[in-house]
Amino acid sequence: MTSPARALKDSGVVVWRQLIQLPRIPEVLVFALIQPVMFVVLFRYVFGGAIQTPGESYVNYLMPGIFAQTVAFGAVASGIGLAEDLRRGIIDRFRSLPMARSAVLVGRTVSDLVRNAAVVAVMMGVGLLVGFRPSGSLGAIIVAFGLLFLTSFAFSWIGVVIALSMKTVEAVQSAGFIWLFPLTFASSAFVPTDSMPSWLQGFAVNQPFTVVVNAVRALFLAQPVGNLVWLSVVWMGGISAVMIPLATRQYRRRTG
Amino acid sequence: MEIQKWLVVVHAHNLGATAGKPFGVRSRSPLVGWRAMSDIAIRVEGVSKQFGKTLALEKIDLEIPRGIVFGLLGPNGSGKSTTVRILATLLQPDEGSATVDGIDVVRHPAKVRERIGLAGQYAAVDEYLTGHENLVMFGRLSGMSKGDARMRAGELLAEFDLADAAHRISKTYSGGMRRRLDLASSLMARPRILFLDEPTTGLDPRGRLSLWTIIQRLVTDGTTVLLTTQYLEEADRLAQRIAVIDHGRVIADGSPAELKARVGDESVEVAVVRPADLPAATQILAAATSEEPIVDVERSRVIAGVSDGAAALARVSAAIAEAGIATDDLGLRRPTLDEVFLSLTGHVAESSDAEEAE
Repeated sequence: MTSPARALKDSGVVVWRQLIQLPRIPEVLVFALIQPVMFVVLFRYVFGGAIQTPGESYVNYLMPGIFAQTVAFGAVASGIGLAEDLRRGIIDRFRSLPMARSAVLVGRTVSDLVRNAAVVAVMMGVGLLVGFRPSGSLGAIIVAFGLLFLTSFAFSWIGVVIALSMKTVEAVQSAGFIWLFPLTFASSAFVPTDSMPSWLQGFAVNQPFTVVVNAVRALFLAQPVGNLVWLSVVWMGGISAVMIPLATRQYRRRTG
Repeated sequence: MEIQKWLVVVHAHNLGATAGKPFGVRSRSPLVGWRAMSDIAIRVEGVSKQFGKTLALEKIDLEIPRGIVFGLLGPNGSGKSTTVRILATLLQPDEGSATVDGIDVVRHPAKVRERIGLAGQYAAVDEYLTGHENLVMFGRLSGMSKGDARMRAGELLAEFDLADAAHRISKTYSGGMRRRLDLASSLMARPRILFLDEPTTGLDPRGRLSLWTIIQRLVTDGTTVLLTTQYLEEADRLAQRIAVIDHGRVIADGSPAELKARVGDESVEVAVVRPADLPAATQILAAATSEEPIVDVERSRVIAGVSDGAAALARVSAAIAEAGIATDDLGLRRPTLDEVFLSLTGHVAESSDAEEAE
């Protein structure tokens, strides 16, 4: 078998492995589903009344932010999953097999993408239940999901790099979260950035997560998107372009 | 010393036999030279490995003939696992070279991986997959087709007495079942050479026994097995040849009989209550067994190898009573790893943290 075909087959096997595991590890499913649902309920019913979103109902404003936050937080699961595999010795066995080296990390990030897609689909249902009414065209909504998946993929690689840089699963867990809170909250995901102090606005308006949230929101709500979609693609493509070689290097070093 | 002589002999034999022969030819040939070459499954020459400041391996040499179980015996942290990890291409040596099935592990790791199986403490199964799913996954990743992998998985599950548990998540398996699944995983692609890294550590006696039976059966199929273990009993039972490793060095190498001959088949051990009685007890043992006793000052023990077990014990026990020495323990013992170590190195097997540092 030629080497790209082998890499594809092996990645496929690793993806299969991770997906059949998924329903068998309750913690992961609970984490992946309960947390975004909790955020929806909190922001929709607790904070939502106090947040002004001109021109749109708060639930319409909120849900695209929740989708983006859901896929971004998937990075933690990617990191923890890989760290667990390293700790338990599964990776060592993989490395003793004549399989494609790339399949371990590619299989991990691709299966996390599939998991995130499923979770976003569930969140879409939850959103509709609490009053989310997207007005964008079908084409625009498909593009919005495409952006979310690209974001999921890019963030998974960040999680992988973190997992490969830390020694213990616990460290991966803390380090995996610590940067996500400022990134997702100091953004336009939950509140309009113009309510923030000016020193924070500079960051909040321009950072990549806000760019993605604004693009996804504009697509869902039939607002003008401008160059937001392209800017998001460039950001997430750029993050992937940096993180994939970095992860590969770290993986070689960690397992060399 | 005799053991080192043995090594030298093997080296000389092989150098002579392989000189001028093309490298990497593995086909059987009636020529003596060709046979000699293919008769070596694993060759390790001058391999060293350092982790931070810890020297885990120091110029290790090993030659493992094809078709046997070779036991690598040593305490925790002696360098056994580091050796296996280097041979299984998981780790690169700092210096020296190693070949597996004639293939250099550093230059052609991918080719080595096609020929080996790895099982034991560092190679896990996926606890969220069923036994069957685990085997199919590892088979597929070894390059097997889906159909072949399923068929082979079924065979191995039956052979390893796991058929009933085949479709249960392996997290629910007992320790012994998990180790059998682990071993089966390493056998999916029918490797010629199998590395078993402490396959029975932590198992109860029954689990250990059933694993031993399986390993013995493997060798009759012609598989070469490199087994690491902390248990002399295990190496004795399974291995045709044993290398004893301590602080990253091979300190002895030979057949189990040769090694045991160095410690005596059985030994009488006396543990004294008062350390001050140690010299007197040593004299009694020396007189009663006509062998130089080994003194373990830390634990206030004296051990001497004997050839006439029960009679020697009676002599020692009478003399100890006559001398009025109070004992904590007085008995006949089969040789343990500790005694092999005592007799080979003069110190007890101590574990260090070298392997944990990996």
